[in-house]
Amino acid sequence: MNLVETFRIGLHGITANKLRSGLTVLGILIGVAAVIVLVAVGNGSSRAVSASIEKLGTNTLTVRHGTFGFGPGGGGGGRNSGTRTQLKDLTVDDAIAMADPTVNPDVKSASPVVQGQVSCAYEGTSYSTTMTGTWPSYFEASNFPIGSGTYFTNDDVVGGTRNIVLGQTVVDNLFGTVSPIGKQITCQGIPFTVSGVLQKKGSTGFQDADDVIVAPLTTVQKYITGFGSLDSIVAQASSSTTQDAAQAEISAVLDARHGITSTANRDYQVLNQASLLTTADDTTRVFTVLLGAVAAISLLVGGIGITNIMLVTVTERTREIGIRKAIGASKGAILGQFLVEATVLSMVGGIAGVIVAMIVTRFPIAGIQPAVLPLSVVGAFAVSVALGLFFGSYPANRAASLRPIEALRHE
Amino acid sequence: MTPVISLQDITKTYGSGDTAVHALRGINLTVERGDYVAIMGASGSGKSTLMNIIGALDVPSGGHYELDGIGIESLDESGLSIVRNRKIGFIFQSFNLIARTSALANVELPLMYRGVGRRERVERAKAALAAVGLQDRMHHDPNELSGGQQQRVAVARALVAEPSLLLADEPTGNLDSVSTRDVLDLMDHMHDEGRTIVMITHEDDVAARADRVIVLIDGLISSDTRAAA
Repeated sequence: MNLVETFRIGLHGITANKLRSGLTVLGILIGVAAVIVLVAVGNGSSRAVSASIEKLGTNTLTVRHGTFGFGPGGGGGGRNSGTRTQLKDLTVDDAIAMADPTVNPDVKSASPVVQGQVSCAYEGTSYSTTMTGTWPSYFEASNFPIGSGTYFTNDDVVGGTRNIVLGQTVVDNLFGTVSPIGKQITCQGIPFTVSGVLQKKGSTGFQDADDVIVAPLTTVQKYITGFGSLDSIVAQASSSTTQDAAQAEISAVLDARHGITSTANRDYQVLNQASLLTTADDTTRVFTVLLGAVAAISLLVGGIGITNIMLVTVTERTREIGIRKAIGASKGAILGQFLVEATVLSMVGGIAGVIVAMIVTRFPIAGIQPAVLPLSVVGAFAVSVALGLFFGSYPANRAASLRPIEALRHE
Repeated sequence: MTPVISLQDITKTYGSGDTAVHALRGINLTVERGDYVAIMGASGSGKSTLMNIIGALDVPSGGHYELDGIGIESLDESGLSIVRNRKIGFIFQSFNLIARTSALANVELPLMYRGVGRRERVERAKAALAAVGLQDRMHHDPNELSGGQQQRVAVARALVAEPSLLLADEPTGNLDSVSTRDVLDLMDHMHDEGRTIVMITHEDDVAARADRVIVLIDGLISSDTRAAA
C-alpha cells in the first residue's frame, strides 16, 4: 500500500460525495479568502493613509498658533484662563528665528502662513476657497511642485504684488479648460494675476489638497487677513531623520521668544510629520490585526467544518471501513485514506481561496485599493492545510481504530 | 502438511463476572487443505463468534489457533490485517462491496492493500471477475448490479488474492433461489479446484453441498459429520 494508492482512495472518497465535499471546500475557501482580502484591505488602507500624509509634505513640521485640546480655556480662547499668560502672537520674526541655520542646523526653512476665506471670480464664474499667504519656501516644504507657469518669488513677497498660484481644483472651477496663466481673477474685489498652477495632489482623505490659492504673505495680510498673528509656520526639516531634532530646536526657539518656562503653558503646537505617520501606522496596524483576527476565526470555523464533515463521513462509512479492514487494510491505510481526504479538501479550499482573494483584491473595496501581503497568502494557505491535517486527524484516527467486527456489524 | 485451520480448545467470553457470556466453550477443530466445511447452528450457538475468530477479525479468549501454521493469538493489529489480507478471502451475507466503487475496483482492493502494482492488479482482478462470469459488468457500481451479481463480485474479490481459506458467512442468505444456485455452483467449482472453504449457514440444503458438516450448540461442537463422497 503505497502513498499513491492512499491518495487515489482518498480522492475517490472526495469525488464520491461531491456536494458535501464542495460545501467543505467552500468553508475553507471563504476562510482563506477572508484572511487574505481583509489583511490586504487593512494593508491597503495603511498605505493610503501613509500616502496621503506624505502628500502633505515631506519632512514637514507645522507650528500652529494656540493650544489644542488642553483643558478649559484652551483651544482658541485662552483669555478666560486666569492662570495662563496671554497667547503671544506667532510672528514673521518667529519664523525667521526658526530658520536661522547657525542656531537650528536641522531646520531647512520656515515659512509663515496666514489663511483667509476668499470668494474669487473670473469672467462671471465665482468660487469660494481658502487663500494662503506665505513665502516661496512654503511650496517645497508642503510638497507643492509647480504644474505650469511659475511660483511667485521673494521679490513678490517684499513688494506685496498680487501674483498668485492656483491649485488644480480652483482652476477647474474658475477656468474650466482655459489656461489660467497670466489671466486676472478678482478675489474679494481685488484683482490678482495668476502666475502658476500647482501640480495635482489629489485628496488627502479629509480635504481636497488642490482647493487652494497661494499668494505672497504680505499681499494676503494687506488685502485679506490683516496684520495679526500668523495662523501657522510651516517648517521643513533638513531630512526625514532630523525631524525630531528640528522639532526640538523649533520648540526651544519659540519657548525662548515667547517666554515660556513650562511645556504645559506653550501657546503653540508643533505637528511632526514623522510622528503623525507613526501614529497613523499604529492605528492602521491595529485595524489590520483586528480584520485579520476576524478572518482567522472564519478560517478556524472552516477547519471545524472539516472535522464535522469528516466525523460524519467516518460514521457514515463505518461499514466501509469494516469491509476494508476485513480484506486486509492496515490501520495506517485507513488513517492515510481519511487524512488524505481531509487534507485534499482543505488544500483545494485553500488554493481556491487564494485564487478568489487574488481576483477580489484587484478591485477597490470600500474605496481602498487592497494591497496583498505575500505573507498572508502563504500563511492562510499553510494554516488551511494544517487545519485539514489537524482537524482531520481526529476523525481519521477514530476510523482507523474501529474494530473490524464492530464496524462490519454497523448498519 | 500443516492443516489450514487448527483450533485447540478455543474459548470466547464476552463481559466478565456474573454477566459474562460464554460464546465458545472449548472448540477443537482441524480443517485440512482442500476441505469444504459447513458450520451450522441456531442463532446464539456461537457460530458467528467462531467465524470471526477463524477470520482473524477477533481474537479468542483462550486456546490456540493456527491458520496455515501461523499462531493468531500472538499477532498484533497490523499482523492480523496482514493475515486477513493474505490468508483469508471473505464472502459476507450482505455482500459488503464498497459503494460508489466499480466492481473492478472492489476486486482490486485486496491486491492494493497488499501492494501489488497497478497493471498486475487490474489483470488479476479482471481474470477473477471473468472466472465468476462478470467480465462484461466490471465497470458497474454495486448499486447497478443484482444481488447475485454483487455476491459474485464478492466471490471474485475473495478469490483474487489467492487466499489459503475462503470464509463465507451465510453467503446465500440474501439471495433468491436462482442466484443461490449460481453462487453455490461457483463455490463447488472452487472446491473442485482445490480451495479450502469454510461456510457458515443455517440452511440444510446449502450445507448439503459441503463435504463436512459441523453443528454447534451452545458454544460446543455437537456433531461433525463427513458426507459420504
